[in-house]
Amino acid sequence: MNTRESSIISMKDIAVSYDGEQVLSGFNLDIHDGEFVTLLGPSGCGKTTVLRTIGGFIKPDGGEVFFYGKNITALPPHKREVNTIFQKYALFPHLNVYDNIAFGMRLKGKKESEVKRTVHEMLSMVNLTGYAHRGVGQLSGGQQQRVAMARALANEPKVLLLDEPLSALDLKLRKDMQVELKKLQQQTGITFVFVTHDQEEALSMSDRVVVMDGGVIQQIGSPTDIYNEPRNAFVADFIGESNILDGVMVKDYEVKFAGHVFQCLDKGFGQNSPVDVVIRPEDIDVVEADSTHITGQVTNVTFKGVHYEIIVDVAGFKWMIQSTDYREVGDRIGLSLTPDDIHVMAKSEYSGMFGDYSTFSDEMEEDMAASEEAEEVTDENEF
Amino acid sequence: MKTNSKLLSAPYTVWMTVFIVLPMLLVAWFAFTDKSGTFTLENILSVGQYSNVFLRSIWLGAVATAVSLVLGYPLAYSISKLPAKRQSVMVMLVMLPMWMNFLLRTYAWMTLLEDNGLINAALSALGLPRVHMINTAGAVVLGMVYNYIPYMILPLYSVLTKIDQSVIEAAQDLGADGRKVFLKVVVPMSMPGVISGVTMVFVPAVSTFIISKMLGGGGNLLIGDLIDMQFLGSAYNPNLGSAISLVLMVIILICMGIMNQFDDGETNAGGGMLL
Repeated sequence: MNTRESSIISMKDIAVSYDGEQVLSGFNLDIHDGEFVTLLGPSGCGKTTVLRTIGGFIKPDGGEVFFYGKNITALPPHKREVNTIFQKYALFPHLNVYDNIAFGMRLKGKKESEVKRTVHEMLSMVNLTGYAHRGVGQLSGGQQQRVAMARALANEPKVLLLDEPLSALDLKLRKDMQVELKKLQQQTGITFVFVTHDQEEALSMSDRVVVMDGGVIQQIGSPTDIYNEPRNAFVADFIGESNILDGVMVKDYEVKFAGHVFQCLDKGFGQNSPVDVVIRPEDIDVVEADSTHITGQVTNVTFKGVHYEIIVDVAGFKWMIQSTDYREVGDRIGLSLTPDDIHVMAKSEYSGMFGDYSTFSDEMEEDMAASEEAEEVTDENEF
Repeated sequence: MKTNSKLLSAPYTVWMTVFIVLPMLLVAWFAFTDKSGTFTLENILSVGQYSNVFLRSIWLGAVATAVSLVLGYPLAYSISKLPAKRQSVMVMLVMLPMWMNFLLRTYAWMTLLEDNGLINAALSALGLPRVHMINTAGAVVLGMVYNYIPYMILPLYSVLTKIDQSVIEAAQDLGADGRKVFLKVVVPMSMPGVISGVTMVFVPAVSTFIISKMLGGGGNLLIGDLIDMQFLGSAYNPNLGSAISLVLMVIILICMGIMNQFDDGETNAGGGMLL
């Protein structure tokens, strides 16, 4: 993937705050030359701040940004050899497609004949040949997106920063553009720094994924590493679906949760130490009740096309299972696990925050708790 | 939906017909008739002898518009860069003089600019020579700029605040420094505001009569004064007055037509303003 492992961009000890609110502090990140790296996290996690710091639109309160080892912290955006694809494309509405793409080259004083050649090259690269003299207002979202790509790439940046560029597109188009972007990145060899909150997008496009929350990097790794070996409950919950249980590492290769000791492949947590256990819903096999250690009652079944999403109540903890076999609400079923299905993580600040499928989102959970409380209050008032 | 909006606009349509379209037709009718009501071109033809007044009006109106643009643009631009709360305070301050009566404001300038006015009194108190300001073309332009500059600032401000910050950042990102961002992005994108601002200052400035009467003295007669004289003044002649008005309207229409050539037709504020 990376022919050279040298860092094209290094962020050292970056601190950024908005209106007194600390967004990043002590933030370090190295981006390798030629890689497709994705900053993934929920909104407000600081991922866009990282991108804007690299672009030069934010001056960090502290720390340094290096570009090929050269300190560029104080360099204004127009002097940086990076270009940005903005979330809402930010095309110049007073210019047509051609002039939009030519904008950067003309600023650099390139010859008009060269500008013309490059613009047409770029247009054919993003499959918009023949659109040169359209106004940007006449283009669809996907076309505007591609003009923005062409405009940035015409500048021959060393690094392309992409700020949730696909979030405004519909699902099918987004998938096409994901393929398109990946292809462009491989063709040009330009380093892509991509920001998204969409985990699927991150997993399918990136060489490396940087999972962020609360301005802190939770995990950096390849998409498969991130999915299969999440470092904490946040990463496990944010990337894909996860059942996260409280467990105790009895000893190496043995973990106790849901009232039983299971064989696992993890080691190095010490003896009898509390851990978080992750079990992916698609790894669980549904078997006859009482033929296994874990038995529960089906409380909800949702048809998802490829599989059924089955919620099972096991002694009060709601598990999610993805299975191609249909089960009815009220059925008693057994859940079978092999050592490979179990992933053990050290306890973190996120322990206990995620993992139970009573609700899918924190927001719903809070609202439900609040309305229960309110009901209790009214009940009391009635007496 | 369509019938509904038609219904909603009905009151104004009626208003416009009765108080705008009909009077304009009346002006046209007066312009082409003599006192006894028979058709004549004499009124229109005699407008020609006032060509110097027309030229002076257009010249002073154009100078006032240019000064308003030069003063108003930087102000509108800096207001649009302020935090939202301060913006509304600043916009209110721009509009504040408009709350005061137009006549009174212009009268106040008279007392300031007079040969024995406040400014000259201050100058002589400081031991500096007095300056003759009242009854000059400069005083008329000053009055025009003072009275009409809010009409320049407001449309500019509203266009400038609508420019998306990310478009500015995109220009910086592509290698434009502050000056280039301004010239290549901000100015072209604010053209619709420039055009409505210019229209809204130029049209009333060209046809004003109070300002020239109060600050310009007899030597700076404008078309507005000329028309005023035909209807309310000594030279009572509504037919000639109507003819002058009609010619003035045509000239303004031509000026605006030329102005709008600079625009992509994105705004039709110019057309709307003329009514």
